[in-house]
Amino acid sequence: MSVADRLTNITRSPGDPKVLKAGPSALGATDNLAHKLSWFSIALGVVELVGAERIAGALGMRGKEHLIRAYGAREISSGILSLSVDKQAGLWSRVAGDGLDIATLLAAYRHDNPKRDNVGLALAMVAGISLLDVIAAKGVTARHSRGATKPRDYSDRSGFPGGLAAARSASRSGRTQEPGAA
Amino acid sequence: MRALVWHGKEDIRCDEVSDPQIEDERDAIIRVTSCAICGSDLHLYHNYVPAMLPGDIMGHEMMGEVVEVGKGINGALKKGDRIVVPFTIICGQCDQCKRQNFSVCERSNRKKNLGEKVFGHATAGLFGYTHLTGGYPGGQAEYMRVPFADATHIKVPDSLTDEQVLFLGDIFPTGWQAAAQCDIEPTDTVAIWGCGPVGQMAIRSALLLGAKQVLAIDCLPERLSMAAAGGAITINFAKESVVERLNDLTGGKGPEKCIDCVGMESHVSLAQPDTIYDRAKQMMLLENDRPHVLREMIYVCRPAGVISIPGVYSGLVDKIPMGQAMNKGLSFRMGQTHVNRWTGDLLHRIEEGQIDPSFVITHTVGLEQGPEMYKVFRDKQDSCIKVVLKP
Ligand SMILES: NC(=O)c1ccc[n+]([C@@H]2O[C@H](COP(=O)([O-])OP(=O)(O)OC[C@H]3O[C@@H](n4cnc5c(N)ncnc54)[C@H](O)[C@@H]3O)[C@@H](O)[C@H]2O)c1
Ligand SMILES: [Zn+2]
Ligand SMILES: [Zn+2]
Repeated sequence: MSVADRLTNITRSPGDPKVLKAGPSALGATDNLAHKLSWFSIALGVVELVGAERIAGALGMRGKEHLIRAYGAREISSGILSLSVDKQAGLWSRVAGDGLDIATLLAAYRHDNPKRDNVGLALAMVAGISLLDVIAAKGVTARHSRGATKPRDYSDRSGFPGGLAAARSASRSGRTQEPGAA
Repeated sequence: MRALVWHGKEDIRCDEVSDPQIEDERDAIIRVTSCAICGSDLHLYHNYVPAMLPGDIMGHEMMGEVVEVGKGINGALKKGDRIVVPFTIICGQCDQCKRQNFSVCERSNRKKNLGEKVFGHATAGLFGYTHLTGGYPGGQAEYMRVPFADATHIKVPDSLTDEQVLFLGDIFPTGWQAAAQCDIEPTDTVAIWGCGPVGQMAIRSALLLGAKQVLAIDCLPERLSMAAAGGAITINFAKESVVERLNDLTGGKGPEKCIDCVGMESHVSLAQPDTIYDRAKQMMLLENDRPHVLREMIYVCRPAGVISIPGVYSGLVDKIPMGQAMNKGLSFRMGQTHVNRWTGDLLHRIEEGQIDPSFVITHTVGLEQGPEMYKVFRDKQDSCIKVVLKP
């Protein structure tokens, strides 16, 4: 039983059922990975927003502080979207963002950049995260999409045992009670 | 006992919980024989409705056998009775109940203060819903306590199956009320947005109430096929322009009556830019609901027409064209359903064989499969339209 269950159990009225033993979560492994990546995205975004100068210094990218801040804002919005019910869109936006990060870092991975080693490390990290992002995005999409099976045809389900015309005429002839006569 | 319990966004589990107990002399306890997952449960699943707490038991469409009654029931109900429970808890005695405005019963919300703060005035207590409506444990469970049970029930005969009568507790009267409050005339075209379970019931109700034609809008082929089976002309909004088709089918004048069976979670798509705008605002907590359908209805409805809204909205909506609505002289009718206002008549229609609401059921499973079925129903997988659970 979680702390939240324990706390809310206390607030419940005496006759209300209380959680004794919580069942397994129905969230899949990819849902959980998506959740972790979302928070990572938000945290990284905040770091990029408030620490743009230091990051720019460490990567030899002076003058690119605005870009780093913009990327930070992007990370935060992807993170929020990935936490929401539209997590597929959020995760794919992360994958696209990873592409931008890699392109930007590759441009900084020049021989004349004195911080080239740091850029190399950052590239390795982004590559690793990108892989996780792709795994999560693909997994979540597969788990929550409608799938390739053909939609079923329910055209035999009218709901009118005697047909629509008969139902309408029975209804018109008002053989039913007035509303409220329960 | 076992019950489906809300633990957070998209996290519903089949938990072991203590049994419900009689608290008040007007309480009864039922053994739930069948219950269903409703579109409203999805709004809770997504945590779009405020004031849910971890540990809340889900479910507001249920029926079963009475196993215990309080001392104050006075013969209105006895052990062994087979009842459907309306999702609105009603005292049967307050001013609103006397007027049959059951979903705004003045006494059944045990967290009245909370409801008053948020809504101005409290509304009725609801099962398996937010604490703004009392936070009463729901019926996706083996047993459930029914408060004010002497009034809050619909007795059903043994000659009908659970599947035939279960939906008297929610979606059937909801679709019916949505159509009834349109005051349908024989010359009317009724347009219905959303072919989920509520839309399916509204389509059939509008036809039984005498509409000339019913036009049904959705994007899911399986749901459109069921809508057509019920007698509607269908419009697939992913493939055709809703406004153009509705105008074409009404000689350019627009439908007289429009029903919103979609509610706050209108489909988000690039083809409908306002839905992207709403989704973005929703994420920044600047708007609660996505009212695309309301905007479309107000735009396309024939002047002096009626907009009927059974679809649930939770809070603030943005960019509602009140200028169009006002100048066109539209009437708005909406609300949680006054279930017991309609159930006598509807039960009679089922008994007569005029309609059999079980047509909408596509999946029947045990309670322990409930959490997975929430996902299947939400993601519209396996052509799922309505899930019935057998605790
Ligand atoms: N007023 C009440 O008392 C009451 C009772 C029960 C349910 N409800 C509400 O009714 C609504 C429908 O319930 P349901 O069980 O049928 O849910 P559902 O989620 O199964 O159905 C909603 C349908 O709307 C369709 N849709 C989405 N966007 C659309 C658009 N732009 N145009 C047309 N169709 C669109 C979806 O594809 C889906 O088929 C929900 O909001 C639910 O909360 C209200
Ligand atoms: Zn419902
Ligand atoms: Zn009352």
